[in-house]
Amino acid sequence: MARTITYQQAINEALDQEMTRDPSVIVMGEDVVGGQGAEGEMDAWGGVLGITKGLYEKHPNQIMDTPITESAFIGAAVGAATQGLRPVAELMFCDFLGVCFDQMYNQAAKFRYMFGGKAETPLVVRTMIGAGFRAAAQHSQSLYSVFTHVPGLKCVVPSSPYDVKGLLIASIRDNDPIIFFEHKMLYTMEGDVPEEPYVIPLGEAAITREGGDVTIVTLGRMVHLAGAAAVALAKEGIECEIVDLRTTSPLDEDTILESVENTGRVVVVDEANPRCSIATDISALIAQEAFGALKAPIRMVTAPHSPVPFSDALEDLYIPSAEQIAAAARDVAGYGE
Amino acid sequence: MQLSKDDLLEAYRIMRTIREFEERVHTEFATGSIPGFVHLYAGEEACAAGVCLHLENDDTIASTHRGHGHCIAKGCDVDGMMAEIYGKATGLCAGKGGSMHIADLDVGMLGANGIVGAGSPLICGAGLAAKVKGTNNVAVAFFGDGGSNQGTTLESLNLAKVWDLPCVFICENNGYAEATASKWSVSCDNVADRAAGFGMPGVVVDGHDFFAVHEAAGEAIERARAGGGPSLVELKVSRYFGHFEGDAQTYRPADEVKNLRANRDCLALFRARVTETGQLEAAQLDAIDAEVGTLIDVSVEKAIAAAKPVAAELMTDVYISY
Repeated sequence: MARTITYQQAINEALDQEMTRDPSVIVMGEDVVGGQGAEGEMDAWGGVLGITKGLYEKHPNQIMDTPITESAFIGAAVGAATQGLRPVAELMFCDFLGVCFDQMYNQAAKFRYMFGGKAETPLVVRTMIGAGFRAAAQHSQSLYSVFTHVPGLKCVVPSSPYDVKGLLIASIRDNDPIIFFEHKMLYTMEGDVPEEPYVIPLGEAAITREGGDVTIVTLGRMVHLAGAAAVALAKEGIECEIVDLRTTSPLDEDTILESVENTGRVVVVDEANPRCSIATDISALIAQEAFGALKAPIRMVTAPHSPVPFSDALEDLYIPSAEQIAAAARDVAGYGE
Repeated sequence: MQLSKDDLLEAYRIMRTIREFEERVHTEFATGSIPGFVHLYAGEEACAAGVCLHLENDDTIASTHRGHGHCIAKGCDVDGMMAEIYGKATGLCAGKGGSMHIADLDVGMLGANGIVGAGSPLICGAGLAAKVKGTNNVAVAFFGDGGSNQGTTLESLNLAKVWDLPCVFICENNGYAEATASKWSVSCDNVADRAAGFGMPGVVVDGHDFFAVHEAAGEAIERARAGGGPSLVELKVSRYFGHFEGDAQTYRPADEVKNLRANRDCLALFRARVTETGQLEAAQLDAIDAEVGTLIDVSVEKAIAAAKPVAAELMTDVYISY
């Protein structure tokens, strides 16, 4: 039965249900419990933003704190995954992936191929992305394109409470290494989420709004800004279809291309920096596979080629806005008219 | 630690197999028939043998780019290894890994590794799996003096102690990280001195002496198996060949390897000891030498004759499902 809970509660529920279902599912990370070795209470934090709060009480043997030692504990999660556990490692901010990049892209990603198909590395690394929290340049990036580039890794970017639960359960049950990018500005978002466990298959995009004039391909928090833009444009008589990628690897090329075949006009919206990004990747896909259907140049709405600034006056400029998305959609809708 | 005659014969067979394998790869590489990079383990055989003889199939090791010896000592198939080095479909990794990535998880060999220092975090994970699952398995990380300076290794020593994992960290200090001397690149006299900083036992052992390695590794592994936590063992040893094949080794004194082969050869030291004490007959060792010679000859013949991977293999096993 569905009821309204937050994105954050949906993650906690998915972890709780999977830890109950399968004792080989273990959760580890910095302060995912909190209070370890201190004189106060345990489960003091439940993760830096409280996402895993309460799991320690229910599953004390399946959740463990780590020192601040990303290379070692992400590497340990990779090693444990090869030995029959299904670790869900919390890497607080995706910006920290730089500290444990080798463990993800040279180790976890390559074992199966490099070892001739013999290794299984069923690992999920949960990590936060996104600007808007005034968290500045080293706690605000959206680095999914970096890992989408790497064969052997899967990348999941959920946009809603319903999706985050179904995609996280799918990721935990999947046998390949996965990076699960949670947008920090969505944690408090509410939505209808079934109580029972369910799976959203990886590699299936969602059409979150149907429309015949312009296709907006996007992901993560930008799905909601694109939605706001689409509402405004509908009043002007421009109907947008929104494709929420849900996963960047695997990529649901068919759903993107089918929508573009219908509309012939495309805006790609990505909160990340523009160079070598999901936005450029999707644009190249469309240019190569659906050139004949295009009635207007592809437009990209992205962050600029800059670090994420701290001051709200600048950070608000950095993040793509509903107005920018609407303007781009208006442009492509009117192109050649 | 008491070793039976069978144990001694097994130890010698492993060391001789590694030596023959590496000497032969050295020769074959020079003909141009082996592609890519190879990093040879000859000279360090007592280390792999002395450690791995304590391990069961379900115990896990992580190796280095100089990994052939660890593979053989942990029970990887020699024909499969040779074929892998030749890039053949019959290789242990179907020709997709090569010398630096030989692995066989079925025998607890979690891979040679092309990244210096990458093994220790993985071994923390293997140790964690043993602890969570309640087995009495242990996990052993091999790394070199080069790897000893990587943050991954130091972080893993800390994590293994904090989590009280059944892990053993084996530093094979062969004196050189690539072309740089460990007496320059390692900030203290011994890598094992660092163990104290992590609150775990650390010992320095002559890595040319099989019996010394076997005893020290045995103590550390038994401690880990019994729930006594991690240890660091440093084996001071020597490599006979360069960092990789083709390394002119101008950074080494001209007669260094010649002297090592004459005076510090672990196989010769082993043979002298077991025959002098009367534990084994020279003829028994000679028989192993002959058998191993044939084994390696056959492995090279098979590897050369084997087919390369077919084109369709390019895209298999990137993922389990995609």
